[in-house]
Amino acid sequence: MNKKAEGPKKEKVVGTPALFVTEWWTQFLWDMYCPGCQTPLVGRLIAEAIEELGIGDRAIMVMGNGCHAYLAGGLDFDVTSGGHGRAPDIATAMKRVMPDGIVFTVQGDGDCVAIGADALIGALSRGEKITIIMVNNTNYGTTGGQMAPTTIVGQVTTTSPQGRNPDVEGYPTHAAELVATFRGVSYSARGSLHTTANYRRTKKYITTAFQRQAEGVGLSFVEVITACPPNWHMTPIESLAWIEEKAIPDFPLGEFKNVTHIE
Amino acid sequence: MGDRIFIEGNEAVGWGALSAGCDCYFAYPISPQNEIPEFFSREMPKRGKVFVQAQSETGTIGMLYGAAAIGVRAMTSTSSPGWGLMQEGMSNLSGARLPCVIVLVQRVGPAVQNLQHAQMDYKSVTRGGGGGDYRNMVLAPSSVQETHDIVQLAFYLADKYSNPVVVLMDALMGHIFEPLEVKTLDFGPLPSKDDWRLRLRGQRKDGKHIVSPAKGMAEGYIDYLRNLREKYKSMESEIRYEGYMIDDAELVLVAYGYCARVCEEAVNEARAQGLKAGLLRPITLWPFPYKDIRDKAAQGCKFLVVEDSLGQMVDDVRMGVEGKAEVSLVDITFRHIASEDGMIMPQRVVEEIKRLI
Ligand code: SF4
Repeated sequence: MNKKAEGPKKEKVVGTPALFVTEWWTQFLWDMYCPGCQTPLVGRLIAEAIEELGIGDRAIMVMGNGCHAYLAGGLDFDVTSGGHGRAPDIATAMKRVMPDGIVFTVQGDGDCVAIGADALIGALSRGEKITIIMVNNTNYGTTGGQMAPTTIVGQVTTTSPQGRNPDVEGYPTHAAELVATFRGVSYSARGSLHTTANYRRTKKYITTAFQRQAEGVGLSFVEVITACPPNWHMTPIESLAWIEEKAIPDFPLGEFKNVTHIE
Repeated sequence: MGDRIFIEGNEAVGWGALSAGCDCYFAYPISPQNEIPEFFSREMPKRGKVFVQAQSETGTIGMLYGAAAIGVRAMTSTSSPGWGLMQEGMSNLSGARLPCVIVLVQRVGPAVQNLQHAQMDYKSVTRGGGGGDYRNMVLAPSSVQETHDIVQLAFYLADKYSNPVVVLMDALMGHIFEPLEVKTLDFGPLPSKDDWRLRLRGQRKDGKHIVSPAKGMAEGYIDYLRNLREKYKSMESEIRYEGYMIDDAELVLVAYGYCARVCEEAVNEARAQGLKAGLLRPITLWPFPYKDIRDKAAQGCKFLVVEDSLGQMVDDVRMGVEGKAEVSLVDITFRHIASEDGMIMPQRVVEEIKRLI
């Protein structure tokens, strides 16, 4: 999490989408992320999706509170961040005032389905025509790896040191499935980035989600499972294997809802 | 002259906001201010403006933040329990220096109690209430016409200082019916929001804008705090109060909202009995007219604070007099009946005036 004294070269990585990696990013945000963190990839996929759909000029974004929020400086859109979990409320107001805007939030799992659950449910039940990208690393990353609603059964965190015990701590919240039950939703999917094939699929999910917003159909939602190696006490490579073996059996990947109009 | 309508205080809030060109209103139902969201749900769609009913007051205050961040005029309203829920959002709005208006129609507390009037949120409104070190600007009307006018002033001051402004009412001020002339007030030019507000990417004429309470990190935290402090200091030029029979007064009553109306009657009655009482009614509760109170104390006046709480504004009056004058209090325990339905009556205030002069 700490900013290193020496930064790398400040030129863009070859092939980086134009809407990703701003001055801010190259100057001091790129190294806010831990080695093996997959959150920046989510930022990249968002930038690529928006660029490919040609809707970049209409975009504006809202960050939650957490590691994902450093993407505020990476993605080249005007951005705000308010209270923890409030992003869907903030995005609601922006979209209502600027219905032609492409308004999206990037939120963590704790931000989205714990402290911000009321904001999420509110936006879902109103069918706000926004896009929510939820980065699910199964714990509170920024604060040092505490249990989240998405922590899987048996997973050790700093507040579930014996492993999440369902008798005491219940079961993981499945956001993408929950979101799909709302009538005002056009799209809900869960992807991961732990293999190339999944990375590509997740890009398709994110692209479809933005496309639905561009079409003006309901709320669109993508949950992305991402590695958080330091808090999982694993190497980046071990983290990818853990996603495959432990996380995905609990968090099935795929599309849970995909409609082009809402009855 | 505009049309005159006979209307209650809560609806005057709505007319004031429309006169001010309010673009968005965010609602969550709570008594005794439901006429406000109902007004906007009726009036905003007709005008192509935004009305959203949120899932809670944490939602309305979050929406207010979103609307203020893109630079439109936005408002919400609530009552005391909802105000409690809004505190984190208030801290965020202040931290991000976002102009917006919050109307608080106070009711009895602590906790939920019932729906009747009281003035128990003075401290949390004037001191902040969420995390961190910040100030809300606070305006308190005491008639239907003034409510309408003050809501417009609130939008102006919010934009002028890029700060949330709270209009502090109580259930009686919300439900009192009086004639109202609806008219747009012109307070003068305002700074442009273009150098900070958020835009769609294609509308940008300069670089990327970031609106965030954590922006202090980027501009240097202590500089950010200094800037906030300077802003709060500069707001002192907006101090407003109304004096009633105050020039020769030996005893100065200090009250706002419905209690100020009660005190006006009490002053009339006292004067009829030859007692030199006057009323100083702060219109800005923060910044507070400390200096004007100090000046009256220096003239040898005594003070009687009348407020429908256990005593909150009285602390500001004591701070104002700096120990140089006697400060007495008529508080909620002086109500004419010992229930939530009671109110502080002019007779009780007159009794205190007689005792003190
Ligand atoms: S704590 Fe986890 S989510 Fe946060 S930057 Fe590090 S790896 Fe990424």
